[in-house]
Amino acid sequence: MTGVWLFVSAFVVGGLICVVGQLLMDLTKLTPAHVMTVLVVSGAVLDGLGLYDPLIRFAGAGATVPITSFGNALVDGAIADTRQYGILGLITGIFEVTSAGISAAILFGFLASLAFRARG
Amino acid sequence: MQIGDQTWHFPSQPRVLSTGTAVGPMEGAGPLGDSFDLVYADAYMGQSSWEKAERTLFELAQDHAVRQAGLSMEAIDLIVSGDLLPQNISSNFAARTAGRPLIGVFSACATSMEAVAQAALFIDSGFAHYVLAGAVSHNSTAERTFRYPTEYGAQKPPSAHCTVTGAGAVVLGRGEARIGVSFATIGKVVDFGVSSPWEMGAAMAPAAVATIVAHLKDTGRTVADYDAIATGDLARVGLPIARELLAEQGVDVGSRLQDCGVLMYGADQKEAFSGGSGPGCCPCVTFAHLLPKIASGQWRRVLVVATGALLSAVSAGQGETIPCIAHAVSFESVDALTQGGEPS
Repeated sequence: MTGVWLFVSAFVVGGLICVVGQLLMDLTKLTPAHVMTVLVVSGAVLDGLGLYDPLIRFAGAGATVPITSFGNALVDGAIADTRQYGILGLITGIFEVTSAGISAAILFGFLASLAFRARG
Repeated sequence: MQIGDQTWHFPSQPRVLSTGTAVGPMEGAGPLGDSFDLVYADAYMGQSSWEKAERTLFELAQDHAVRQAGLSMEAIDLIVSGDLLPQNISSNFAARTAGRPLIGVFSACATSMEAVAQAALFIDSGFAHYVLAGAVSHNSTAERTFRYPTEYGAQKPPSAHCTVTGAGAVVLGRGEARIGVSFATIGKVVDFGVSSPWEMGAAMAPAAVATIVAHLKDTGRTVADYDAIATGDLARVGLPIARELLAEQGVDVGSRLQDCGVLMYGADQKEAFSGGSGPGCCPCVTFAHLLPKIASGQWRRVLVVATGALLSAVSAGQGETIPCIAHAVSFESVDALTQGGEPS
């Protein structure tokens, strides 16, 4: 998928993932934290079934930006490390790929809190 | 003395000597904005945290009420107050500033009328001459404790409430005043199995109805004896439910049933969702909007039924249902007190 079609597919796929999240918010009694968890686990399960990487090739940022890609990255890392190091890799690999995102969230959250104040 | 099952009658009819209300910017922009004593444009109240802002708001309302009564803080025998933060911390810090004896009370958003009922009891029994009663809440401290801090950016459904940033205080005592307190009905805990924190109005409506029905039964009064029955914070979702439940019990309240949470914000204030809530909601609207109608002679009696959702952050997190309570206090003009302040 290249060129302008990549933009279209990113928009549609990313949008549809958000629609699923919004429907969960509006139609169920799930809290925002529960909805986030459902999306992360869904991404992990899809990757375990081998479906998420094809989705990324099809939709690019439409699949990597939503929180579902965090679940995908968790499983990607675990599978890669397990192949290399055996069963222990299942534990070490989980945060292999995702550590950058987690560390960045902590660091940038800290920096933002230095500069800004909640408005209430 | 106790009459009926749940109601206290105060033969000495403790007087409302003065009131003080202090609110934040959103409440100041609402339809009652001009009625509050103190309106602040800065929700931080010039403080470094929301919690400090909340206690400052309470101190200002208490101070205003005491000064309006022509008293100094030293003349206050007792403070009865509460708030929504763990361990009633805003009340405790405000009482530290006041330097007067404190009885801390908690029944969530029903705290204000629990405090007023107890204050009236202490005066009626002769245990105190002047009692300062009140309650406070702040939107941002409540969001942090019970819902989601602003930074989290969570979406809310239209049935959600908006915790009022406001403090209401009243000085009760013996003396000359136009308004007195005749009855208080202490609520029972009612739980209809609602567990969603977005459905507080629906959860609290049965508690309000139970207390109103008990009050009418205990005092032998009818709805017609009141110019208004004002619930604390059922808001736009809970108010029609309460009206329906009362009708089922044969109590036709009609337009007499109002709600402080509905009165607090205008329909154009979308960020208020279904209406105001919080311990500060009921006293602010009662003291700034309802009692002046009695003082001006427009009304003779109003029954204020403060409604409280007694959930804790832990109980909500564990998926428990929301136990609810409602405490009612009957505020009456001195004329109404002399004509019909006795239980019939």
